[in-house]
Amino acid sequence: MISQAVIKEFERILGKEKVFLDETDRHTYSYDAAVLEPVLPSVVLRPTSSEELGRLVRICNENSIPLTVRGAGTNLSGGTIPKKGGAVVLTNALNKILEINTEDLYAIVQPGVVTAKFAAAVEAKGLFYPPDPGSQAVSTLGGNVAENAGGLRGLKYGVTRDYVMGLEFFDVNGEIVKTGSRTVKCVTGYNLAALMVGSEGTLGVFDKIILKLIPMPTGRKAMMAIFDNVIKASETVAAIIAHRIVPATLEFMDNFTIRTVEDYSRVGLPTDAAALLLIEVDGHPAQVEEDAAKVESICREMGAMKIRVAQDAAERDKVWEARRAALSALAKLKPTVVLEDATVPRSKIPAMIQALEEISRRFNLTIGTFGHAGDGNLHPTILTDKRNKEEWHRVEAAIDAIFDKALGLGGTLSGEHGIGMAKSRYLEKETSKGTILFSRRIKAALDPKGILNPGKIIGE
Amino acid sequence: MQDMKKLAQLLKEVEDQLVVCMRCGMCQSVCPVFAETGRESDVARGKLALLDGLLQEMFKDPTGVQDRLSRCLLCGSCAANCPSGVKVLDIFIKARAIITNYVGLSPLKKIIFRKMLSQPELFDRLLEWGSKFQGIFVKPVDDLLGTSCARFVSPLGDRHFSSLAPEPFHRMVPSLDTPAGASGLKVAFFTGCVIDKVFPRIGTAALRTLKHHGVGVFIPKEVGCCGIPALSSGDTDTFNKLILHNLKGFGSRNFDYLVTACATCTSTIKKLWPTMAEELTPGELDRVKALAEKTMDISQFLVEKVGVKPEAAGETGEKTLITYHDPCHLKKSLGIAVQPRTVIQANPSYRFKEMKEADKCCGCGGSFNLQYYDLSSAIGKHKRDNIVDSGCSVVATSCPACMLQISDMLSQAGDRVEVKHAIEIYAESLDKK
Repeated sequence: MISQAVIKEFERILGKEKVFLDETDRHTYSYDAAVLEPVLPSVVLRPTSSEELGRLVRICNENSIPLTVRGAGTNLSGGTIPKKGGAVVLTNALNKILEINTEDLYAIVQPGVVTAKFAAAVEAKGLFYPPDPGSQAVSTLGGNVAENAGGLRGLKYGVTRDYVMGLEFFDVNGEIVKTGSRTVKCVTGYNLAALMVGSEGTLGVFDKIILKLIPMPTGRKAMMAIFDNVIKASETVAAIIAHRIVPATLEFMDNFTIRTVEDYSRVGLPTDAAALLLIEVDGHPAQVEEDAAKVESICREMGAMKIRVAQDAAERDKVWEARRAALSALAKLKPTVVLEDATVPRSKIPAMIQALEEISRRFNLTIGTFGHAGDGNLHPTILTDKRNKEEWHRVEAAIDAIFDKALGLGGTLSGEHGIGMAKSRYLEKETSKGTILFSRRIKAALDPKGILNPGKIIGE
Repeated sequence: MQDMKKLAQLLKEVEDQLVVCMRCGMCQSVCPVFAETGRESDVARGKLALLDGLLQEMFKDPTGVQDRLSRCLLCGSCAANCPSGVKVLDIFIKARAIITNYVGLSPLKKIIFRKMLSQPELFDRLLEWGSKFQGIFVKPVDDLLGTSCARFVSPLGDRHFSSLAPEPFHRMVPSLDTPAGASGLKVAFFTGCVIDKVFPRIGTAALRTLKHHGVGVFIPKEVGCCGIPALSSGDTDTFNKLILHNLKGFGSRNFDYLVTACATCTSTIKKLWPTMAEELTPGELDRVKALAEKTMDISQFLVEKVGVKPEAAGETGEKTLITYHDPCHLKKSLGIAVQPRTVIQANPSYRFKEMKEADKCCGCGGSFNLQYYDLSSAIGKHKRDNIVDSGCSVVATSCPACMLQISDMLSQAGDRVEVKHAIEIYAESLDKK
């Protein structure tokens, strides 16, 4: 419960219209895109300046009010569900691109900038910000940094972490902490940015983010390799990389997903194929031609039935339209969609795909699998109806089995969705009791009252 | 204390549609209201979550949900962009009806819908008196746009509104029944309230066009509002009365298509009459469905059934630069966007230029404009900016309600841009043929 005096203080700082107390308003900040039970915050705050943000953090700490920062609320692991109630602080009014530096190739942004808008602003200056989470049309850069979001281009370009040059954040006392710099090389002090990226709002509250930009590749070529055997397709992923070619994107789609996408969007996918690889190479046009030819020949050697190389931008767009439609197409089949994030070393993709087929049979569940095979990040997507309690128990058991298998293959719990509430119970399986205790000591040192997004990643 | 269990039971009707939302939040990227406020309760995901909350009996009072549910333009942008295909408008309209039937209609809406709108003859008379006496209360502000504003402090606030026409369309053409001409086609024409009372010139342009192409026209004497204002406020009683009234006028006559020049009427008759009509006999429902199937936007009719094509390029001479605003009810609801552009481009006196975000909602939303004028204007100002940035001296559209909103925005900014209906543009070219 938050005292009336504190509420009055919030209203004095923000003005009444930016303090949401009504039950119905608060209800709409009790969930995110994860399939988890909602938790109602006591108050929702919408600061419009850094100064307001810092003061809110300080007041929450002084009054031991749990504080959960929320961008667009698109994350898939419950990172923005206010597990302990308290205050939800919105960043969507802190949405200015403060600088795009075309000489030194960096940008400085506020946390509430929408990812796609930022990417477009950068592109307009001939530059490139590669992280492209599926939710980029609405997700915010602050959320991307907090969750260390990935995307389709992770194989060649990495995830959000690889583009964070520096951060300014409020510590739990509302004091500004600066780390990193505008320079490419910076080895000053502790690498606090490395600690903060992916910390899911548990250690501090972002105020400004310095992001690295790179030149826009001048050439791109996409192709679709069609396989009559899932294992052949998945082995091809490792073979391409083994030939020292790193495509910008290397995506996998199983037969169930292919058929569902084709039913939904009629883009001309081969519904009889066991699996598809969707591959794009980019870079200098001459290099692109060479790499594309090599990829094509590797796919043939590995047993691809057919390869369709996009001849122009329109055909290339069609390839990606098919991939982008995957989740939407699957989502239309059943009311509840559980999009998982199992990630394994590339060489273990065939084993993981086989395991997913077995798990689907064992638990009698519909699972469509697609994802970023190039970086080992698969999205087994379970289609269910949460209202069917018996089936939901099987879903939970299947999720356990999926993560057990991924970890057994030397993989990880999350390639790009974070841990949040959804996967914190598995954390010890991947790391160790000691790792969790070590992490908790860091958390306790930086947030002694445990108010910053409590209950996330390392539990309580 | 209201019995929330009972309301939850009533909302079971929409439960199967509600659970389809996977809370991905993609609706945030296209919702015009959310773009202005950044509030989750203003976007589809938030409203669906609130309805789910009502269903789960999480609230003590439904009026908070009702209020937030009303903060929606029903533009359909979210539904058109939804990865899961959630039928957002169906859910919202049904939910508004369920909640309104449960908590009751406000006294003001009761008077407007049940005492006026549902009695077309009285409604016509009231607005005719309004037209006669409006000069006392309003003064003209923009000749080009035909807008006026209040002389005194009024509930209309700062609006620059298009005045009521001196003579409504139904006085000019009380009814009509002409045989099919050269085209071999005969249509029924559904006028719609805004065309009848504010822009009868659109009605006359439509008739001139249909006559030019040898299309027979039937306009019944007994015609009323399509019912959308009442339905949007959850008043299904008035909506059903109006459907029956219109059915009486159109139902038993022979015609090939029911044509309208109002995007909202087209969408309502086509999509909402058959799905939201209640307490009809099976025979009446069959007639409603038959009417819905025959219903077409006038540009769509001209292009697809009459064969109107863009004028061949290459003529010389001064041309007026024109742009087009896509009404949500036409593009997002019915997928009609090419046809109005074709009709406009059939007039060789104009040169067409697309504006930025032509299909972004203008912010009118019918009663939304009355209830949330500040928000409606904030959205409308973006549309005005895009129109002005296009450099065009005329903006056309296919919905008279959008015309009201766009005229208000342009008039308040003092822009010299004319607002016309696509059919007016086309009709102008016929004078030269």
